[in-house]
Amino acid sequence: MEADAMPKKSGPRLCCICNQRRAVLKRPKTLEQICRECFYEVFEEEIHQVIVENQLFKPGERIAIGASGGKDSTVLAYVLSELNRRHNYGLDLFLLSVDEGITGYRDDSLETVKRNELQYGLPLKIVSYKDLYGWTMDEIVKMIGLKNNCTFCGVFRRQALDRGAALLKVDKVATGHNADDIAETVLLNILRGDIARLSRCTSITTGEDGPIPRCKPFKYTYEKEIFLISLSCQNLNKISTYAYFKKLDYFSTECIYSPNAYRGFAREFIKDLERIRPRAILDIITSGENFRISTSTKMPEQGTCERCGYISSQKWCKACVLLEGLNRGLPKLGIGRSRGLNNDIKKDTKQGGGTKSIESKQCGSLDF
Amino acid sequence: MACNSATCNSSGCYKEYEVEEEQRQPTTRGGINGSATTHQNLCVKCKSNEPVCCGIGGDDARFCKDCFKTNLYGKFKQAVSYNAMITPSDKVLVAFSGGPSSRVVLQFVHEIQCRAQTNFDASKDRSLPVFGVGVAFIDESSIHSFASQDAEKAIEDIRSIVSNLAPPEKELYVVPIENIFSSDNIDGKERMKKLLDAVSDVTGKEDLLIHLRMLSLQRVASQNRYTRVVLGSCTSRIACHVISATVKGQGYSLSADIQYVDSRWQVPVVLPLRDCPAQELNTLCSLDGLKIVELLNGPCSSINGLVSSFVKVLQEENPSRECTIVRTAGKLTPFHFNRIPDIHDSSVPLATRRRQKRHSIKPNGSLSSESFCPICNSPLNKSNFSSSLRSLQSNENSDIFAAAACSSCQFQIIPKEPSLMEQFVSLLPQPLITRAKHGDRGDFSLLREQIQEFLLSDGEDEI
Repeated sequence: MEADAMPKKSGPRLCCICNQRRAVLKRPKTLEQICRECFYEVFEEEIHQVIVENQLFKPGERIAIGASGGKDSTVLAYVLSELNRRHNYGLDLFLLSVDEGITGYRDDSLETVKRNELQYGLPLKIVSYKDLYGWTMDEIVKMIGLKNNCTFCGVFRRQALDRGAALLKVDKVATGHNADDIAETVLLNILRGDIARLSRCTSITTGEDGPIPRCKPFKYTYEKEIFLISLSCQNLNKISTYAYFKKLDYFSTECIYSPNAYRGFAREFIKDLERIRPRAILDIITSGENFRISTSTKMPEQGTCERCGYISSQKWCKACVLLEGLNRGLPKLGIGRSRGLNNDIKKDTKQGGGTKSIESKQCGSLDF
Repeated sequence: MACNSATCNSSGCYKEYEVEEEQRQPTTRGGINGSATTHQNLCVKCKSNEPVCCGIGGDDARFCKDCFKTNLYGKFKQAVSYNAMITPSDKVLVAFSGGPSSRVVLQFVHEIQCRAQTNFDASKDRSLPVFGVGVAFIDESSIHSFASQDAEKAIEDIRSIVSNLAPPEKELYVVPIENIFSSDNIDGKERMKKLLDAVSDVTGKEDLLIHLRMLSLQRVASQNRYTRVVLGSCTSRIACHVISATVKGQGYSLSADIQYVDSRWQVPVVLPLRDCPAQELNTLCSLDGLKIVELLNGPCSSINGLVSSFVKVLQEENPSRECTIVRTAGKLTPFHFNRIPDIHDSSVPLATRRRQKRHSIKPNGSLSSESFCPICNSPLNKSNFSSSLRSLQSNENSDIFAAAACSSCQFQIIPKEPSLMEQFVSLLPQPLITRAKHGDRGDFSLLREQIQEFLLSDGEDEI
């Protein structure tokens, strides 16, 4: 049903789950009227169910939580450590943070992660672009401008997380990707024609055949609910007024380079969609899981990068291609199609087959 | 384009248009080489005429009027011939809404019919008959709040459009949508209104109307012995459908709706304008003065409306986005019914039958026993287990319905309250009820086999 215009507060409404306490909010996912305690409970319980049903973790595993300091990873750190304790998962949890070198954004969020380390007693490791690649995002943007910077950052971050995970010697990485993120990714892959990614992007665990698998415990969790948890849950930021204000400012801050990202289109659309029909976000994910994509569709073959040894489907991994471009002063190297080192081989094979079949047919048998 | 032979003399070949250009080219070539700067003021294809309009590629593709029309018509022709959509023994019903896509598809179908007629008249043995064409307009004025004179004028305009497209003569069917209840009009209008009011979700209401519209078309087509229904669905509309189906959780059945051919229905449905963007169709209508009849609805607050505006925004940012969306969705695996059923009619020329066999999408190995949602007719993902079990026990229409419908229809169309649901099911047109009963029966034996070991003898469900 659509979000009907429900009366705001006509008399004290009771929580629809416990029927005892007063309802203080409307659950974004289901529009149920619910009290705070039941909200925490149902939020945490649903995530526990996702973890159990999808067998995300095994007892004794070392898990790195990708921690950006944003609401998703902060809440993830909180929930995982809480559930680990409550349900005896038997996990060793770590915080892993990536410093991209964005002044005015990342330096603030790293402070949050350092506070998380203190709050939850989880060991923290920070890996920086500067150390790994010799470039900060600020330097990269100065060189390439504002159009394709997200590509660089995304590619570099993925490798950085893997490197950090290897240094920590963990078995898995858990990231805070939520339902909204995955729905956006499904839409983006449709818009951009990436059928291969479309078939993989709804998996809750990826990279199982690689060095470090990753999982997304928040796959079915709404961004709005994570936001509500982060705001209202006192356990998260119990330190000071400074932290309280800082937190409010922080959560509403996006990466300073983000307004130009293409993902913004999908994000706007999903926000509007959620207003009309909240369950549409989960429906997009369901669609993504059910798309009929042939397994014989040409999927990239997995190999290793010749330059750095990282996992790659091409001769050089994307990060190396991009780095080469930066170091040689060729900002477009690796951006867009048919450019860069890897395509000489590709081009030859493409022109061989393909379009011949239609052109060679005679139309003499068109007998209208 | 299908034809690449320079010596092709078949009169059905679009190459006719090209012949003129080839003759022109040698004389203008000298001129071109000298002045690269004036290149921008000439059609990119024939390089001789003034460009009048942009193709979808923006500034890169400025065609002159003739080349533009050739290009657009060529896309239509290729879709028709490559998918063996129309054979000489067919009778095709063109679904006409009055909008630009409908108008163009009607015009193009008329043109190939004319050509066939010319061939027929010129041939000695008259062996290949000319296919028949009819036009159907589903009149929804009883549902929307149009002024009655607007609705009447619209119908008059449509009549004149169709009568001007003769010879060959085309029959026009103006069918009020309430006729699917196959009772008299007064009753029908009331029932239609009650049915739509029973659906509370705005998007659900719109979608139900679309399904009823198709039901209407199928009824007209089968009652009058048509063999094909032609829709004017263009690239833009299909792109919107891809996004809205994704958003409604219909990812599994999406590939069924966007192919050139859809044979789920009693009368197969074909989409020859699948490769033509709406912008080009609009341009053609204004270039050729093709009359459009449009009755405007109010603003759309549904998901479909939101998706439309979203795709529009994307198009403005990148004019080829619609094509990319359709191309991506085109990579999804179609269903076994997304092809013209094999032609066993011996009166159809062997060449046509062979071509149809060669070009149509090969069905994947399993001869599937798809079951379909009774409301939207979309193929169901087999993991509909527990709800199918419920339907095994009951003979109640409403139970069968609830179990048999896809999750999207269950959410947005079927009422939640059991009492309301029974009333809703009683209002539905008979063909949908039959579809529900029929669809399930097909799969029963398969279902029974799978769960036999769990069923207790007195039929208790066991999950």
